[in-house]
Amino acid sequence: MPTPSPTTDGGPPWRSALVRDSWGVGIATGVYGVSFGAISVAAGLSVLQTCALSLVMFTGASQFAFVGVVAAGASPWSAALTATLLGTRNTLYGLKLAPTLGLKGQRRWLAAHLVIDESTAMAVTRDTPEQARVGFWHTGGSIFLLWNLATLVGAVAGDHIGDPRVYGLDAAVGAAFLALLWPRLASRSNQAIGLLAAVVALGLAPFTGAGVPVLAAGGVALLAGLLRPAAPDGPGAVR
Amino acid sequence: MTWVAVAVAGVSCYLLKLAGMSLPPAVLAHPVVRRVADLIPVALLASLIAVQVFTSGSTLTLDARLAGLAFAVVALVLRAPFLVVVFGAALTAALVRLL
Repeated sequence: MPTPSPTTDGGPPWRSALVRDSWGVGIATGVYGVSFGAISVAAGLSVLQTCALSLVMFTGASQFAFVGVVAAGASPWSAALTATLLGTRNTLYGLKLAPTLGLKGQRRWLAAHLVIDESTAMAVTRDTPEQARVGFWHTGGSIFLLWNLATLVGAVAGDHIGDPRVYGLDAAVGAAFLALLWPRLASRSNQAIGLLAAVVALGLAPFTGAGVPVLAAGGVALLAGLLRPAAPDGPGAVR
Repeated sequence: MTWVAVAVAGVSCYLLKLAGMSLPPAVLAHPVVRRVADLIPVALLASLIAVQVFTSGSTLTLDARLAGLAFAVVALVLRAPFLVVVFGAALTAALVRLL
């Protein structure tokens, strides 16, 4: 790992290293906008609608959820509801970030758009508010730029390849959701909730319209989680 | 109608972010708020996986998508990057369909 030069941009010595790390996260995250673009047009959305989702919604899991529910044949409104519910975690991120970033007026409105998993992670782990701000803006900004470019590339490419099933793109949706879920499966209670939600969704699927199983399973699993006493997780916490 | 849903969902997601930046931080202190925020993504993503991989319309099915999901599990255990997980799963399903 090269040592950052403290004098290159006149900023404090930590700055160039943090900016570089932020753009590293931005590049790694941004490029998977290609898969979103390809999956979205495979689901039947137009290139413009796909790009609008990345520009306006700009939160990966919600975007994948929107196109996934549309691909399953549900109405765009259940897609919108599922995407919005998944977006609620960004509210929590904002609550964590607001005191550190200390933004007012237009800058707060702009910053809010960049509140996603990665920009939050790169900001809340810093030692000082100034470092948090640099991490937040550079990570959020680089992801926004690259995610939207990559979405366009994936959507245009996906539009030209014909039947997406030949390339297995229908299987890519489930894999994308699993990759997003994976880091959240560390605790046993989350594993149990995830399993319950999957079973309920499959149990309902033959009897309800598309889109209903996902929302209903989400509700049931949420209720089950809330009714459980907030016991500590781990092998010892068996009840 | 899809356009209206895209716009409504997009704006809703933005307003949720803005609400977090604007609400008093004390909201976060409530344990139920934390628990709900932790559980919603887990429950929704898990049911989305189930529906995406094991149903066609309103029928439960097992097909090449299961092979794609199996590839994804192995790739995630091996800590592969996101793009490898997603496009590897697609390639696996496509190859299984060719057999």
